Amino acid sequence: MMEQFNNRNISDNGYFLVDIVDYPTTGWGKFKRAIDRTFKLELFVGLWVVLREMIKFDIHTISYPEEKMPIGPRYRAVHEMKRLWESDTERCIGCGLCEKICISDCIRMDTRIDEESRKEVSEYTINLGRCIFCGYCAEVCPELAITHGGEYENASDQREHFVDYEAMLTPMDVMKQNAQKEFEGFGAITPHEDERVKKTPLAY
Amino acid sequence: MDNAYLIETIIKVVVILLIFSALAGIGTYFERKVLAFMQRRLGPMNVGPFGLLQVGADGIKLFTKEDIIPTNVVGPIFKIAPVITAATAFMAAAAIPFLPSFELFGHEVHPIVADINIGILYVLGVMAVGLFGPLLGGMASANKFSLLSAARAAAVFISYEVVTGLAILAPIMMVGSLSLIDFNNYQIEHGWIVWSQPVAFVLFWIAAFAETGRTPFHLIANDHEIIDGFGTEYSGMRWGLFFIGEYANMFFISFVIPILFLGGFGDGSVLGAVALFGKMAFFFFFFLWTRAAWPDVRPDQLMWLCWKVLMPVAVINVVITGLVMMF
Ligand code: SF4
Ligand code: SF4
Repeated sequence: MMEQFNNRNISDNGYFLVDIVDYPTTGWGKFKRAIDRTFKLELFVGLWVVLREMIKFDIHTISYPEEKMPIGPRYRAVHEMKRLWESDTERCIGCGLCEKICISDCIRMDTRIDEESRKEVSEYTINLGRCIFCGYCAEVCPELAITHGGEYENASDQREHFVDYEAMLTPMDVMKQNAQKEFEGFGAITPHEDERVKKTPLAY
Repeated sequence: MDNAYLIETIIKVVVILLIFSALAGIGTYFERKVLAFMQRRLGPMNVGPFGLLQVGADGIKLFTKEDIIPTNVVGPIFKIAPVITAATAFMAAAAIPFLPSFELFGHEVHPIVADINIGILYVLGVMAVGLFGPLLGGMASANKFSLLSAARAAAVFISYEVVTGLAILAPIMMVGSLSLIDFNNYQIEHGWIVWSQPVAFVLFWIAAFAETGRTPFHLIANDHEIIDGFGTEYSGMRWGLFFIGEYANMFFISFVIPILFLGGFGDGSVLGAVALFGKMAFFFFFFLWTRAAWPDVRPDQLMWLCWKVLMPVAVINVVITGLVMMF
């Protein structure tokens, strides 16, 4: 299934140019076309095509609420806040870049200095009613903290639909099972990053 | 007119009404399923097993919906129009023999309400009166799209009435009677009329699509306008009556074609009766089949087809039949 999503090369997948004949302009031409169409029995080709599909019974319906299409790992749905693998603490350092870059101004955050004199996020909400799911916040985040998740089923009784920090944060029990999923889309580390990384010049 | 006859007729009328109203509902279920399978979908699935109770759900919805009469419509005409469609569809059934006659409790039953001697003329005539449903409904609706749809309905029905009449004329000349029972009996002796009148058969079949307003001649309630043609302003059961009329018409035409051309119910055996239902089922299925397969034609193409192709062919067919019968 995933290959289907990733294959962008559609040019050789059975597309071909259809040979369309010009419309006849003379009366005789029109007459010939009418005779042609009548006796070539083109209508029966159409009948056969739909009957064949019915006999093959190759149904492609997905009964939506029960079954769901797999979505691509790069899909940009409702945001998630990731935790650090090592210490299970929040990745977000409260730098405010996501709030700054958001083009629809829908991220609102507040920070404070905690007891260990470290910056900590005290308030963080996203108004999903305004969010256009552009992915800029995920791309700009230096800590890979804010990312997009796969949850696309939202409903709200008003245009404002907020999601707050607690709701976005990976739950601790998921962390305990080592089940947190990294986002592969905007801002994520590209595959084989380890091989490609170079030492800083001073180390030569 | 004795009482037994009266009671029998009333029972027959009630049975036909009930069966075909139910069939019209089930017809919508079949239509959705067949269309869905042909388009690789599942169709109704959620109400009852395989969506079978969808018909009931739709019925409840139609019956309980508010009956809206919009402000600017011509009230009485607007209200009566759907009744015309449904009523004429069922009236046409009076002259159709649905089964060979059979014995029930030692009593000979003819499953035809009235074997009038102008049977086919009556059926086609009453079906043609059904035209007033869409026409009046569209004109009374105070809606431009409904009005356009009514105009198309008038154009389509008037043209195709001509083709139907001329196409059926040649078989009538051969049989020498208008009664559908006589058509049936003629075919027991002489074989199916479709072998001697293939052109008339095809013409009548094409005209049946226009008569019932089905794809490829579905331009009366033109789906491509996104709205429902003459039915746009209708709601609830009034709209449902248009629907019932359309489906009942499809069933009756699907009965009439095999009776006229494909041997009818044959010599009166059970096999013949089953065969008639088989043929009826095929023609009904064909209505759904074409809807999945074919595009709709434009009104001007439809006129072109009727007046420049089908009508001349029908006339030539009548002339040739006459010549053959003369010599
Ligand atoms: S996805 Fe775009 S619009 Fe939505 S919060 Fe992020 S930056 Fe703002
Ligand atoms: S950009 Fe990332 S680290 Fe910075 S505040 Fe936003 S989520 Fe936190």
